[in-house]
Amino acid sequence: MDQDTLGHHISQRYDAELSDIRNKVLEMGGLVEQQLVNAVRALADRDRDLAETVVRSDYKVNAMEVAIDEECTHILARRQPAASDLRLLIAVIKTITDLERIGDEAERIGKMAVFQLKQESRWTPQVDLRPFGDRVASMLHGALDTFARLDVEQAIAVAREDINVDREYEGIVRQLITYMMEDPRSIPASLHLLWSARSMERIGDRSRNICEYVIYLVKGRDVRHTSLEKLEDQAREPR
Amino acid sequence: MASDILNTAIADLEHSMSEEPRTHAIDFSRLERPAASADLGQEETCLETRNLDLYYGDKQALKQINLRIPEKRVSAFIGPSGCGKSTLLRCFNRMNDLVDSCRMEGEILLRGQDITRASLDVADLRRNVGMVFQKPNPFPKSIYENVAYGLRLQGINERRTLDEAVERALHRAALWEEVADRLDDNALGLSGGQQQRLVIARAVAIEPEVLLLDEPASALDPISTLKIEELITELKENYTILIVTHNMQQAARVSDYTAFLYLGELIEFGDTNTLFTNPGRKATEDYITGRYG
Repeated sequence: MDQDTLGHHISQRYDAELSDIRNKVLEMGGLVEQQLVNAVRALADRDRDLAETVVRSDYKVNAMEVAIDEECTHILARRQPAASDLRLLIAVIKTITDLERIGDEAERIGKMAVFQLKQESRWTPQVDLRPFGDRVASMLHGALDTFARLDVEQAIAVAREDINVDREYEGIVRQLITYMMEDPRSIPASLHLLWSARSMERIGDRSRNICEYVIYLVKGRDVRHTSLEKLEDQAREPR
Repeated sequence: MASDILNTAIADLEHSMSEEPRTHAIDFSRLERPAASADLGQEETCLETRNLDLYYGDKQALKQINLRIPEKRVSAFIGPSGCGKSTLLRCFNRMNDLVDSCRMEGEILLRGQDITRASLDVADLRRNVGMVFQKPNPFPKSIYENVAYGLRLQGINERRTLDEAVERALHRAALWEEVADRLDDNALGLSGGQQQRLVIARAVAIEPEVLLLDEPASALDPISTLKIEELITELKENYTILIVTHNMQQAARVSDYTAFLYLGELIEFGDTNTLFTNPGRKATEDYITGRYG
């Protein structure tokens, strides 16, 4: 299955409805990605305005989730989709749930950035979360790209990147622990950074989830809760 | 003291981090598989076709059909008009014999016995393989006599036996409650949905093994349709059921297995859940999702 096969229904309205839903998911994905990029930047640059903008904007993500869910419900009720159409809708419903949660994590990072500004900066550990945040943001970008192109190879690549994200997260945790052990006065700021890093790591997991839904959509195989090797085998095995 | 607690927490954290990266592995072999996705290989075969070709004059209507119909399951035949699904259904009780220009090659086995041979008693076959058509066709007789008809043909006339058989058949066809107090009324006075269930009662009264249903609900309103579908699900306890339907959602709702036919060929036959979520062939996908072929 590729992008082209999603169209060509005898009912052109049905084509239009499905393509509208896909576009809205990508639009929502773009919004979530922007929220994440802004949150990471606000935290790294100690930019209070930007952090507050992120926190204030999360409602838009939530509203899109509700709107897309409703459209999916209507199509399920009226069209009784089958095969790839059905898998598309299931994949969309699950993808937007993960996108909404990614939005929540971005909001949380924004809140942490605000808290961080209230701490005395001399006790703040010199741990720059920007490279980690950028890595996770590019993973999310890749997952959305995978969804847009229905590209199984890219889905595998993004899923594999999650291992690196997990590893980098462990490194950050170690660094922060070291700060906390050296000087208890750094604990509050360290915890805020730790929670921010934790949110970023979760975004990596959720981006991987989105890639798994794309594999399900394209290949009809459920690769959730499997090892990366198994995911690759299942995704590459011809239908 | 506080540093002790911190040290313990750190030790815990480090310990948890030293473990291998998570693999999210679940042992799927431990999950029970739903019955509907049971491998066709484990099912008892009721009907089987081998290299079945069928021609109307020069025109080939069925091409090399190889199919195994599992016993006491509902198998649905779907496909666009003229794809051969009704023709295939009619092969199983030799209804095509009635068409002069029709010629058949290959084998059809009912429990391993070839039913295409010339020496076969076709009346006997049709007792074993009952059929219900699109439009209900009750006889212009009483409800009771409609159901008893097949039994009387077999020479059974004892009132008590007939009474029991009629009641049993009407129960099985989920019609008893509605007609118990008016068995002597003319069957033509029943509603379309009731007539169709009456015809099914007539078919099951003679205890066939197989029921062939050719568009059994397409002339009925939605509620009667649902009653027929419910009935089909109940009937598969005792009978092997083959159903031809234009209504794909109906096939998805009632059948355990689905065959997709296109231009006289069997494109795909498989577990209904799989066929409707992840069909193996593009032609099947296009048909069930309503795309240009």
